[in-house]
Amino acid sequence: MADQNIHTTSTSNQDIFSKTVEQLAATDTNIVVVTSDSRGSGKLVSFGQKFPDQHIEVGIAEQNLVGVAAGLASCGKKTFAVSPACFLTARSFEQIKNDVAYSNNPVTLVGISAGVSYGALGSTHHSLHDFAALRAVNNISIVVPADNFETAAAVAYAANCNTPVYLRFGKKAMPHLQETGKENFEFGKGRVITSGADIAIIACGETVAPALEAAKKLATQNIHATVISMHTIKPLDTNLLASVANTCKAVITIEEHSVYGGLGEACAAYLLQQGIHVAFKIMGIPDEYTVTGSQTEILNHYGISESGIVDAAVRLIQQKEK
Amino acid sequence: MTEKELTIQSVLYRKKILQYIYQAKAGHTGGDLSCIDILNVLYNKVLRVSPETFNSPDRDRYVQSKGHCVEALYVVLASKGYFAEEDLNTICKYESHYIGHPTKKIKGIEQNTGALGHGLPICVGMAIAAKLDKKDYRVYTLLGDGELPEGSNWEAALTAAQYKLDNICVIIDKNQLQITGPTNEVCSTDPLPEKWESFGWAVREIDGNDIAALTAAFDALPFEKGKPSVIIANTIKGKGVSFMENQIKWHHGVPTEEQYHQAQHELDTVLQSLID
Ligand SMILES: [Mg+2]
Repeated sequence: MADQNIHTTSTSNQDIFSKTVEQLAATDTNIVVVTSDSRGSGKLVSFGQKFPDQHIEVGIAEQNLVGVAAGLASCGKKTFAVSPACFLTARSFEQIKNDVAYSNNPVTLVGISAGVSYGALGSTHHSLHDFAALRAVNNISIVVPADNFETAAAVAYAANCNTPVYLRFGKKAMPHLQETGKENFEFGKGRVITSGADIAIIACGETVAPALEAAKKLATQNIHATVISMHTIKPLDTNLLASVANTCKAVITIEEHSVYGGLGEACAAYLLQQGIHVAFKIMGIPDEYTVTGSQTEILNHYGISESGIVDAAVRLIQQKEK
Repeated sequence: MTEKELTIQSVLYRKKILQYIYQAKAGHTGGDLSCIDILNVLYNKVLRVSPETFNSPDRDRYVQSKGHCVEALYVVLASKGYFAEEDLNTICKYESHYIGHPTKKIKGIEQNTGALGHGLPICVGMAIAAKLDKKDYRVYTLLGDGELPEGSNWEAALTAAQYKLDNICVIIDKNQLQITGPTNEVCSTDPLPEKWESFGWAVREIDGNDIAALTAAFDALPFEKGKPSVIIANTIKGKGVSFMENQIKWHHGVPTEEQYHQAQHELDTVLQSLID
């Protein structure tokens, strides 16, 4: 994989989210955005100015945010409920479970500043539970775009989806992650960014970028990696998962989430039940009081970095060869 | 329906509620009997919705936040022709849609409820949608007094006032009891009218088992232009059956055979006196 494949940009996925919603609202008066004093962090100030009627503000009241969004969606509004992922998927979990998922009101829940994006603000502001919690709720999809174009495509998909969707992303500027330049986001289908037969690295969201950096490093050690942006965590692309697990010597999953209940365990459960036995490692945040620091410091601490992923890959392949 | 016809209808509904609870050996008897007059007036006098118009975007919406009193809703919807009454023979049976809380699988039911404090936020969303679409439908939700401590109610009450939702009406079935005991001993929400007023709502307090009082209150909506309306309906839990009235054990008590026949006999006597 060539160096120019990772283009740095100054645009976060949150910026792209708001830009895409503005584009959709320009031609669709049914687009409604609901915020809980979260328009600033959601980059939605401009949306509110351009479409004041289509922006509903409920104040700092996340349960109400989701209940109101469900009511709007039940009346045909294409509704985005936007709030930091930590609050959205914990404070209003029952509203998500009952009012959105069980009642099938097709709200798009947008968890912003997700994972450990808030860094040193600490665990109250981290969302390391959201995949696990929502995977166990029937009738909601979970989409975690890695870069700007996956985000734009996911937002457009979710706006017109007739079942609930949880979109989750962070707030830092994201590089464009693509090999061919073809922006081939497809809901429910993992995106293979680069291919190699030694190890499959299955990542999501902001962890895809360090996975690609690691793949480049591994190539210099003659270890060839497949890197997948598994942006749709539920429903999981089990065909792609089985295919790379059958062709590679090892599989690593990476997520900015607890190692419990997220992408890694979803992959492990599928592979084991299919009788596909492969050297396997889940990278994420362990079950402990999360180390304090910036987002990058926290991710580095837990090995979610170029060098951390290289080390994990080398160890896993060595183990397998023993 | 006239006031007299509605009064008779309430007795008939009470008989049906007891019939199906006795048959299913499950149900929220006390609350069903306290709120049935409210549902009677809503469905037979107020709501602009029918089985034919139930999918119309212009219909009035009713969301039952106190979802546990679903048997009352079932007998009213059956009487309006949303489904065949014989379906109610499956209440709480294996694979039946007629479970112990409302679900959208049943025609006439707007939202799945059961967890408390969920109806009002959803209705606020529906009422905002009406304003956005410049539609004149109204949105109604029935809350139990026991569910008022749920904070989500008060979050939504604030938003309804902020958005001047005079197309929304909350009815509180204030029977003053909940599963543990009197609401005032569990977690008092008094003074209730002052609380809602201070949240920016227009308030009326009425006898919620009085057909004429209910009709007059609904006729007066919105109580104030630019404000959401709340009807505090003072009711009697177990209303209409002497030994069930104001008795905590009938929160979800199921009558024995003897109690069942006594209750039906009492209601038949009232019915006879109304018809004569
Ligand atoms: Mg009560």
